[in-house]
Amino acid sequence: MRVLVITECEKGVLVPATLNTITAARQIGGEVDVLVAGHDCSGVAESMSRVSGVARVLRCENADFENHVTENLAGLAESLSKNYTHVMAAATTFGKALIPYVAALCDVQAISDISDVVDADTFVRPIYAGNALATVKSSDSIKMITIRATSFESASTEGGNAAVEDVESTGTNRNVQFIEQMLSSSERPELTSAKVVISGGRGMKDGKNFEMLEKLADRLGGAVGASRAAVDAGFVPNDYQVGQTGKVVAPDLYVAVGISGAIQHLAGMKDSKIIVAINTDEDAPIFQVSDYGWNEDLFAAVPELNDEFESAM
Amino acid sequence: MKILVPVKRVIDANIRVRVKDDHSGVETANIKMAINPFCEIAVEEALRLKEAGNAEEIIVASVGPTKCVETIRNGLAMGADRGIHVLCDVSPEPLALAKILKQIVERESAGLVLLGKQSIDDDNNQTGQMLAALLGWPLGSYISSIAVNDVGFEIVREIDSGLEKLQLTAPAVMTADLRLNEPRYASLPNIMQAKRKPVEELTPGDLGVDVTPRVQILEVHEPPARKAGVMVSGASELVDKLKNEAKVI
Repeated sequence: MRVLVITECEKGVLVPATLNTITAARQIGGEVDVLVAGHDCSGVAESMSRVSGVARVLRCENADFENHVTENLAGLAESLSKNYTHVMAAATTFGKALIPYVAALCDVQAISDISDVVDADTFVRPIYAGNALATVKSSDSIKMITIRATSFESASTEGGNAAVEDVESTGTNRNVQFIEQMLSSSERPELTSAKVVISGGRGMKDGKNFEMLEKLADRLGGAVGASRAAVDAGFVPNDYQVGQTGKVVAPDLYVAVGISGAIQHLAGMKDSKIIVAINTDEDAPIFQVSDYGWNEDLFAAVPELNDEFESAM
Repeated sequence: MKILVPVKRVIDANIRVRVKDDHSGVETANIKMAINPFCEIAVEEALRLKEAGNAEEIIVASVGPTKCVETIRNGLAMGADRGIHVLCDVSPEPLALAKILKQIVERESAGLVLLGKQSIDDDNNQTGQMLAALLGWPLGSYISSIAVNDVGFEIVREIDSGLEKLQLTAPAVMTADLRLNEPRYASLPNIMQAKRKPVEELTPGDLGVDVTPRVQILEVHEPPARKAGVMVSGASELVDKLKNEAKVI
């Protein structure tokens, strides 16, 4: 068994979900190699070489890979894949776009968003917004997989001593031109790796009211998320979205404010350790999955909670 | 330009699915079905491109059992011109589906394929990426806007950390994200008219594609249920419980 994990980095910084992918890769057994392809990626390659359980780091330094355009990376990933039994990446927008693309080039049926490794051919993955878990077995010679980061521990960034090897590749695709990224600037932790997430739903009534949640998140060192309804209503950008069609989070504390709890939202947060729900509707389904429910108008509850945290911490 | 829009028939998003007693899958008998919501967004975007004078014809295609024709008719009622139904006993895996779609694209000389980013049943999120790879066409995944220009399309993608703008040279494959548009409702006259629009019937064999699954579903289970907890009456009680009982702050 030989597993290749495709590292995701953004502007020279490792995306943490890669470390969860390494844990999933180690559960398959055999050697785990890591591909770091990017521009100015030596720092990430070096830190990956210290990650526990990594056998080899393949570094591919090339400006073509700076912005992670799927087509540019696909050729490199395809040619390396032939040396491996498994190729894995995190189920982020980067991995979800890349893995199926490379799988098709290799004539492989990819397996998306696995939450458990049963054995080298068999995996568990959520379907129907997490309302069912399917155990699936692949008959392809290479398994190409994206993993659900919240279902696997993060690999330790110490204790490893992997060799770093350079691999050569260019990846320019003339038909796809990168223009720009408009990144959400935030001092807060990234949504999928935050220990605390405060999310707002349709009940927030207006984008401006999310300031209340930001204040609460900042007090607890958390991130701010939203339900699809809040995104659809234009309150906040799409990268806030938690749920089946957005991000999957599993923080220590998830506070759902003005969120009714549609199954599509629960799909993205029900693995959180502790769930708190604040809602005026006492029949809201969110209360069926929350550890602590508070049946109260959020516009009264959130400021009160903020004051209470201030005096308690 | 011809636009191909593949559409999938799925369990309606508002239905709570139930795992079958024998754990072979989920219950689909006598359950309300609908067009996959992301496919509906793709149909709408194709219609808008045509209405803006950027496309001549919109073809809606679906691969699966006989009832998929209903889903094709949904797209025709919204305003698409004609349909193609590829008859299979079950909906094929994304790779086989992408191979079928590639054959249709080549037969029809389509200049753009617009798909939904994922179907809400299998949650695979693969078909568009695979089709782009097989065709060797540029991929615009998770898009929230399309602007047509001389070279092809300037698109904006939804990515985890915000938005990304790419220029794709035509022809191209794109997968629709939520904010691309809000699909229209089909009017009654259009629903009636859609019944007379042509739907061609094909089989995977006609297109030379083998749909044998590569991935076997061994079993399907309900996820462990979360227990409902307690209700609190105020902020001080909640903070006390978070601090001393749950110990998360």
